[in-house]
Amino acid sequence: MATEHVQPAETWNWLTGRFTLDWIPYQEPILIGTFLGIALGGLIFLALMTKFRLWVPFWKNWAISIDHKKIGIMYMVLGFIMMIRGFADAIMMRAQQAMAAGGAEGYLPPHHYDQVFTAHGVIMIFFVAMPFVTGIMNYVMPTQIGARDVAFPFLNNFSFWMTVAGALLVNISLFIGEFARVGWLAFPPLSGANYSTGPGMDYYLWSLQIAGVGTTLSGINLIATILKMRAPGMKLFDMPVFTWTALCTNVLIVAAFPVLTATLALLTLDRYMDFRFFTNDFGGNAMMYINLIWIWGHPEVYILIIPIFGVFSEIVATFSGKPLFGYKTMVWATSCIMVLSFVVWLHHFFTMGSGADVNTFFGITTMIIAVPTGVKIFNWLFTMYRGSVRLELPMYWTIGFLVTFTIGGMSGVMLAIPPVDFQLHNTLFLIAHFHNVIIGGVVFGVYAAVTYWWPKAFGFKLDDRWGKRAFWGWFVGFYVAFMPLYALGLMGVTRRMNSYADTGWQPYFIVAAIGAVIILFGILSTFMCFYVSIKNRKALACGGDPWNARTLEWANQSPPQKYNFPQEIQVTGRDMFWKMKQEGFKWSTDYAPIHMPKDTATGVLISACAFVFGFAMVWYIWWLAIVSFLAMLAIGIGHTFNYNRDYYIQPDEIAATESKGAAA
Amino acid sequence: MFRPLKLLLAAGGALALSGCQYHVLAPSGWVADQERNLLIISTVLMLIVILPVLFMSVYFPLKYRADRKDKSDYDPEWAHSTKLEVVVWGVPILIIIALGYYTAVYTHRLDPYRDLSHLDAGEPVEVQAVSLDWKWLFIYPELGVASVNELAIPAGRPVNFSLTSSTVMNTLSIPALGGMVYSMTGMETKLHLIADEEGTYPGRSAHYSGPGFAGMTFDTLAMDEAGFEAWVEEARGAEPLTANSYLELEQPSMNVEPAYYGEVEEGLFDRIVEMCVEEGQVCMSHMMMTDMMGGGGLEGIADGAAYSYDHARSIDGFGNLVPRETPDYSAHGAGHDEGSEASHSADHGATHEEADH
Repeated sequence: MATEHVQPAETWNWLTGRFTLDWIPYQEPILIGTFLGIALGGLIFLALMTKFRLWVPFWKNWAISIDHKKIGIMYMVLGFIMMIRGFADAIMMRAQQAMAAGGAEGYLPPHHYDQVFTAHGVIMIFFVAMPFVTGIMNYVMPTQIGARDVAFPFLNNFSFWMTVAGALLVNISLFIGEFARVGWLAFPPLSGANYSTGPGMDYYLWSLQIAGVGTTLSGINLIATILKMRAPGMKLFDMPVFTWTALCTNVLIVAAFPVLTATLALLTLDRYMDFRFFTNDFGGNAMMYINLIWIWGHPEVYILIIPIFGVFSEIVATFSGKPLFGYKTMVWATSCIMVLSFVVWLHHFFTMGSGADVNTFFGITTMIIAVPTGVKIFNWLFTMYRGSVRLELPMYWTIGFLVTFTIGGMSGVMLAIPPVDFQLHNTLFLIAHFHNVIIGGVVFGVYAAVTYWWPKAFGFKLDDRWGKRAFWGWFVGFYVAFMPLYALGLMGVTRRMNSYADTGWQPYFIVAAIGAVIILFGILSTFMCFYVSIKNRKALACGGDPWNARTLEWANQSPPQKYNFPQEIQVTGRDMFWKMKQEGFKWSTDYAPIHMPKDTATGVLISACAFVFGFAMVWYIWWLAIVSFLAMLAIGIGHTFNYNRDYYIQPDEIAATESKGAAA
Repeated sequence: MFRPLKLLLAAGGALALSGCQYHVLAPSGWVADQERNLLIISTVLMLIVILPVLFMSVYFPLKYRADRKDKSDYDPEWAHSTKLEVVVWGVPILIIIALGYYTAVYTHRLDPYRDLSHLDAGEPVEVQAVSLDWKWLFIYPELGVASVNELAIPAGRPVNFSLTSSTVMNTLSIPALGGMVYSMTGMETKLHLIADEEGTYPGRSAHYSGPGFAGMTFDTLAMDEAGFEAWVEEARGAEPLTANSYLELEQPSMNVEPAYYGEVEEGLFDRIVEMCVEEGQVCMSHMMMTDMMGGGGLEGIADGAAYSYDHARSIDGFGNLVPRETPDYSAHGAGHDEGSEASHSADHGATHEEADH
């Protein structure tokens, strides 16, 4: 064989399952370096936490908190941390492809490179983009509808920690064993028991299943919140557009994620119990998996982008000093996209041999999605038209989004045309396209949301200088990194190659690598921006309504008290906060007791057991799997006997906090 | 609308001549040519709406800046206009209708399963392409030769591909000639391409298939008739491709140099598709017939080994074979002790007759 390395032999013992010390990748210098770096960083972090006595506050105020605002912030922190990991994978790939031309092998052999591109995709979608959008919805949506919390506060905390458990499982695969080498959607038969031996593919399955529980439950939770917990008087068509998009997104989550769960469960049965759903022989059919995974996978991309459409709708309206142009059109366009996203999945595999009629149908349904999406872009443009546009940080991201996303949408429609896709399928043109919409759409949108709602969450604005540097790093870096990939795609260059013969491609890959470095500058500027802003928070402090906003989440203090609103708000129309400001609204001092849920550690504990369960299943440590699974059940059942779940905040306490103001 | 189209095509051609191989934009076969035209048409159609949007995205925020001198045009309540709404829905819908029309026409015209007889370009060449771990096997059934990692075709004549795979999914992709189609184990897919000009065009698997994937490349040699015949003659001198030499070739290997086979065992491709190259295995069509007749019942479980895929195996992430236990099906067939021999009995004669050729 071409490689001298061999996978550790298959053994099993009852205590450690199939894990042996050979599975510690000590022969990989990159992994050992990373491990030492993380271990050192982790030790310093633990030491600082201990030194400043932060463990108890962290546990009490954050880990077990069921406050939707804190959970929202924790989702964002998780997203940023995992973004570092996902981006490290990205820059490794760009470096490898910049080097490995014309016989050069670069520094990543296929065994490692294939794990890197799989991990990059899985992490960026499931553990960066998903936590980001869930976090934004969690933080903003309840306050936009005048609610005190989500419908099921404990479930919310549990959902978050399940996502963390999944993310931990992915990361631990770096140092114990290996990760999958199958591409982010793990098509069988490659991902089946025969062609993906070792624990990598099982890490994939269990981390996604565990995180998927969190995502599905969070979807149910947020739908219930929007439908049942709106402030009195708020009709559906009075809801801010972001809340509408959150509703559509969560409907998509609840409809699509069970498909993912089922598909991965079938593959798990294939791998663990010798079932034959997707195998080559005994009547299995891999095409079934590919259909199923994309029936989830296509709605998934709309799960990521629809809430971002909501974010931009709020920002454009606020910074243009006008109501959103075509509110109803916006709502209907979003709903159209939601429904249509379920009838386009086949466009991901036009090249799998479907007939011309089938391909035509799915090509045209895909293009139809471009119509409501185009309408949205026009609506944002006409919101700025005859407005009074303040070019603050969130607007930078918005304009960057409008330009970039439009280009990405165009390359998307090109790929939706079956004969064009026959040529561009699986080429770097496709890679450039979806990074164009995911970076230009989701990432820019998340940054816009963070810069827009940061003052809401913390009471001070973000540093403008570093914020703009972050923007220009991402914006310029994106174009430098991905325009060469479009060009390479038009040369017919395939994705997922760890080396290539044609040295004519190398200059393009080198430019792309430079682009990745510029994006790195953007990412570093982001963290610098957070650091500088927190340091200068006194100087950057702003009132409750720094942007002259229009929707209810700005009606209370910034940061909001844990009960969000001291009194219930009577909603009488759209853009309620704008209305309240014009009518000279003041909170009365006549407070009623507020009913609040109590914090609980149950979510953390069940998720910790889920993590152990996943790890045990990956390594075939059956006794530990049984114990941790029973523990999950026991803790869950035990929680149902906990009747000490709520309390009241009394009027005098509310009066005290309200008079102190948010600055305290 | 065709004059600007020609201009753009010319621009695309110029770009390709400038050094790099933009196979998709400057292709060398009718199929890829048509696909390129569609790419250009769709881009032009979309630019009708994309360009104004890009312009407005930058112009509006600058023109309506809050700190502009004359703010008399600021209209803080303006949020609806039926006329504009009709335009913003109408224009994209019209463009999508136009695009949808082209899509329907071209998707049927360029269906990879449709043969190219309508081009009147002479007798097609049949090629059976098999993706192996990690190389391509091309069988020329009419000519009785085969090659590994090198595809020779006569320029100007259509090529009819039948595709299948030995273990995992791959894609046969020759961008200069046209779009790709998946090759899948136990299935046969079709692809029809043609090279208009002589030349050497890079081809590869475009669907990730494991550690040897990057080296799964081949050259497509589009030659004149004489050159092609000479190539076939040369191949004829090589070793024959039998079921046994196929099973040897089929073992995982990486970065394989081109190789040739002078004679190909009759029906080999069909047996690859039906997953029964190995002696004693039951072919899928036979298995389906058994199933239609009611299946083997409980006693049939003992024949499991004959029904399982003949060269299923385990591969680790470095491309090495992992020792693999073959499941012992005879244990299930209680009281059926001659189970494993049964699979080789006359019961499966149909398969064996084929195999004996």
